[in-house]
Amino acid sequence: MTLNMGPQHPSTHGVLRVALELDGETVLAARPIMGYLHTGMEKQAEYKTYTQSIPQTDRMDYLAPMSNNLAFCLAVEKLVGIEPPPRVQAIRVLLTELTRVAAHCVWLGTHALDIGAMTVFFYCFREREKILAMYDQVCGARLTASYFRVGGLASDIPAGLLERARKFVDEMPAHIDEYEALLTKNPIWLARTKGVAPLSARDAIALGATGPMLRGSGVKWDLRKAQPYSGYDTYDFEIPVGASGDAFDRYQVRVEEMRQATRIADQAIRRVEEIGPGDYRLRDYKYVLPPKEEVKTSMEALIHHFKIVAHGFFPPKGEAYHAIEAPKGELGFYFVSDGTPRPWRMKVRSPSFVNLQSLSTMVHGRLVADVITAIGSLDIVLGEIDR
Amino acid sequence: MTALAPERVAERLRERFPAVAFRRQAGEAVRDFTLHVPAESLVEVCAFLRDDPELDFAMLSWIAGVDWLPREPRFEVVYGLLSLSRAFRLNLKVQVGEENPRVPTVTGVWPTADWHERETWDFYGIEFTGHSDLRRILLPEDWVGWPLRKDSPLGYEEVAFTHNTPQRVKPAPRLTKLKPRKVRYRAQ
Repeated sequence: MTLNMGPQHPSTHGVLRVALELDGETVLAARPIMGYLHTGMEKQAEYKTYTQSIPQTDRMDYLAPMSNNLAFCLAVEKLVGIEPPPRVQAIRVLLTELTRVAAHCVWLGTHALDIGAMTVFFYCFREREKILAMYDQVCGARLTASYFRVGGLASDIPAGLLERARKFVDEMPAHIDEYEALLTKNPIWLARTKGVAPLSARDAIALGATGPMLRGSGVKWDLRKAQPYSGYDTYDFEIPVGASGDAFDRYQVRVEEMRQATRIADQAIRRVEEIGPGDYRLRDYKYVLPPKEEVKTSMEALIHHFKIVAHGFFPPKGEAYHAIEAPKGELGFYFVSDGTPRPWRMKVRSPSFVNLQSLSTMVHGRLVADVITAIGSLDIVLGEIDR
Repeated sequence: MTALAPERVAERLRERFPAVAFRRQAGEAVRDFTLHVPAESLVEVCAFLRDDPELDFAMLSWIAGVDWLPREPRFEVVYGLLSLSRAFRLNLKVQVGEENPRVPTVTGVWPTADWHERETWDFYGIEFTGHSDLRRILLPEDWVGWPLRKDSPLGYEEVAFTHNTPQRVKPAPRLTKLKPRKVRYRAQ
């Protein structure tokens, strides 16, 4: 029997459609069908300047906009050959780690909701709301942040943000304990996730799975450690790994990642405080807008401002790929530049797209009910898959 | 494990495949180590890169098509390889001509290539020979054309305005007689 699941099914987390081949209740094959959210972002990027594409990236993984901004900016910075000042890097790390917590909160809430535990959702969204309020304070938007720029940030962090983040980081571990108290030893949760949707380390690598999917299967691979960027090599944190690669292991990995993310955020806050006030953008006016005060007083700065706003900046001819450890896995941007202010080609390597490919392996020979758990434990966002 | 030098990768490949013409991508700002591989030897090179214990490119991270219109050969397929044990990235490039663009599939080496190749087929119309299920993946199955090719316009859906209806529609006379309102400013 062929059963159609989605694209309006609530547990598909967006508009994913899965064609399930069933024998009774046993799944023989699961074929994901996607593209319902395809907006041609890669094509559109070829018609926009680099800076104009940043708001597009918010709409890919809309649960982790800052991570997308970071991946985009780092790839362009690599192409251009610039590196933002340490203060900017620390602010970026702080915000992307808070993003990781927020993204995992949504994941945990919805995953538990799919399986039937409704309470967790409200707890998780309570904390996510605090992070979104911080986004709001930083850039005026709760979801579509577009806060990072090539070479820095759109504006300086507002007064009071660090205190707010500090308060959040101090409170968060207790909240994570609350989530765990609801789930980790809950017999229903264990029955629904232990041994369900397993993925061996070998399969995970062969299928290109990254992020918590790969770590849940026991492979200790995290780009923040393996190929550090934004100064992650100077932060102290652990990489959690699972053992058997089932949905429960992925749950544990993500919960532990939330703890580690708050740890990194805590260090980042201290670092920003230590550095004190300073530039929020690199002073390289070939690629980065000069500070507004300077534009008002210096002729050269005004010219640079005008040139960058009117034409965009001109990266050298070449190509660059840069990937970051986004909440869902390896998020990478590949740019081909022909020396004009618009990219010749922008390719997005989105973790959800690649991770979803392992669905079929995970649910083969399992029950229909486990497909829900499998999709939930994949942690996909369709905006990122379809782009 | 010591860091892997790009030269070492090239050396290993030349040792193993003396007959294959590898070419390192040169350029002002080529930030990743990139090697050009002839399409016909792609699969065996990939299998070697994956299985060689020293290089160990166990993961294929991404595949991207690039259209270089009007340059010839027109298309490029870029493979982003990742060695987990050596924390090293290598990009392989295959050039394909405009007529009948074809590249052998690497799904036999890395199963993850399946969707990446379908995506490249979907956007560029580059055929991956030997792929078991080469269908469109993000666009609808009945879509005509290859949207990421440079000769495919950005496109938009035409809205039914008067200027694109077949017969000219006369504007209502009332509207034509309307004139912009004059505003007088009086000196204080």
